[in-house]
Amino acid sequence: MKVVIVDTECANLTSVKFAFERLGVSPLITDDAALIAAADRVILPGVGTAAAAMRNLQRKQLVAPLQNLTQPVLGICLGMQLMTAHSEEGDVDCLGVIPAQTKRMQAEGLPLPHMGWNTISAVNQNPLLAAAETPYCYFVHSYAVAEDQYTIARCNYGEPFAAMIKKDNFIGAQFHPERSGAAGRQLLKQFLELGTC
Amino acid sequence: MLAKRIIPCLDVRDGQVVKGVKFRNHELIGDILPLARRYAEIGADELVFYDITASSDGRTVDKSWVERVAREIDIPFTVAGGIRSKAHAQTLLSMGADKISINSPALLNPDLINELVDEFGQQCVVIGIDSFFNAESGEYEVHQFTGDESKSRRSAWQTKDWVKEVVARGAGEIVLNCMNQDGVRQGYDIEQLRTLRAQCDIPLIASGGAGSIEHFIDVFKQANVDGALAASVFHKNIISMAELKQQLLANHVVVRPLEQP
Repeated sequence: MKVVIVDTECANLTSVKFAFERLGVSPLITDDAALIAAADRVILPGVGTAAAAMRNLQRKQLVAPLQNLTQPVLGICLGMQLMTAHSEEGDVDCLGVIPAQTKRMQAEGLPLPHMGWNTISAVNQNPLLAAAETPYCYFVHSYAVAEDQYTIARCNYGEPFAAMIKKDNFIGAQFHPERSGAAGRQLLKQFLELGTC
Repeated sequence: MLAKRIIPCLDVRDGQVVKGVKFRNHELIGDILPLARRYAEIGADELVFYDITASSDGRTVDKSWVERVAREIDIPFTVAGGIRSKAHAQTLLSMGADKISINSPALLNPDLINELVDEFGQQCVVIGIDSFFNAESGEYEVHQFTGDESKSRRSAWQTKDWVKEVVARGAGEIVLNCMNQDGVRQGYDIEQLRTLRAQCDIPLIASGGAGSIEHFIDVFKQANVDGALAASVFHKNIISMAELKQQLLANHVVVRPLEQP
């Protein structure tokens, strides 16, 4: 199986790559649109700011190629937020493959960033997480997507928000499966084993 | 609900894990990789690797072990010690560190905090603060170069002002090392942590003084910190991670339960 990690020039590329290597696949880190289009699975990682990441994708002329992907694509953390239509962080238009909005968390006076292990639970049809499971996953973020019809897992930190979103072949996870222990490992494994979306 | 984090800290010197008492008299604990692996397996929520020599003797040390740790463990980890520039930070983050923690270099050049936040994002910039209670002045004071006894000295900052400053500069998390408590296992400095917690709207991690399970319960219930860091109680098997987490849960402190194999 050809797994490609989109080179967004973000810091967690290496940890995402290692997480797949622990599952026995060797992902390629690339910004080559043809290689990305030809992959069986595409990972869109990201930490940092939405504005900077979108600038990188535009400079690399990857916006349209990413929007046109039809194989399963997994966006992680900022990578998930890049899948939405717009992010309040830097007031930037994103890829828009999932019609959701990324906004600053309110968190009811709790410390931000929302940093650490929190439980998620599946809603709607989640292809990566069993309905009965509520695993702890590792989060680090200050911006989030509100729950809507594209939410496939929820989390709560002062307010409910989408822990995972999905539309067609695009799946986003707000947490870091590559740093979420056995729960994250299981989720990445499910992603590799997905049927056609 | 967000879980409180238990964070073993591995002091690294020349590629090996060591442990000192009150930042002095370091003894060898073991190799980095087996310890990191073991802590991840027994249920640590996060690890901190603290290169205790790097800042105080001014050299660039071999950090290739960072990539080996990232390759093996599937929980987040922070690297601290001697990070003075964006380039240093970039190297460590690209090797797979999730966060970088800066201490003395931030005191020498506070703008470094803004530069790192702008470049890599708030989420990966941790500020370590070595805070010492000066009985004469009755104030908590920030110390620097604490990795080397001969160079360790007081900075111009009082702890509460420095906390305010680093938060304003965009830091993503603070690890507060209560120096008077370090390595003596008499409990965390609850009073100081509780005061700073009220002034700090980013995650706050307690460090220094853990000696028993009760100390962890107290620091979470009384100071409401987001995480508790400890070294010797874990290195010397004084506290078992499983027992600690069971006791915390029994005392209504939300922690991530141990994963079933």
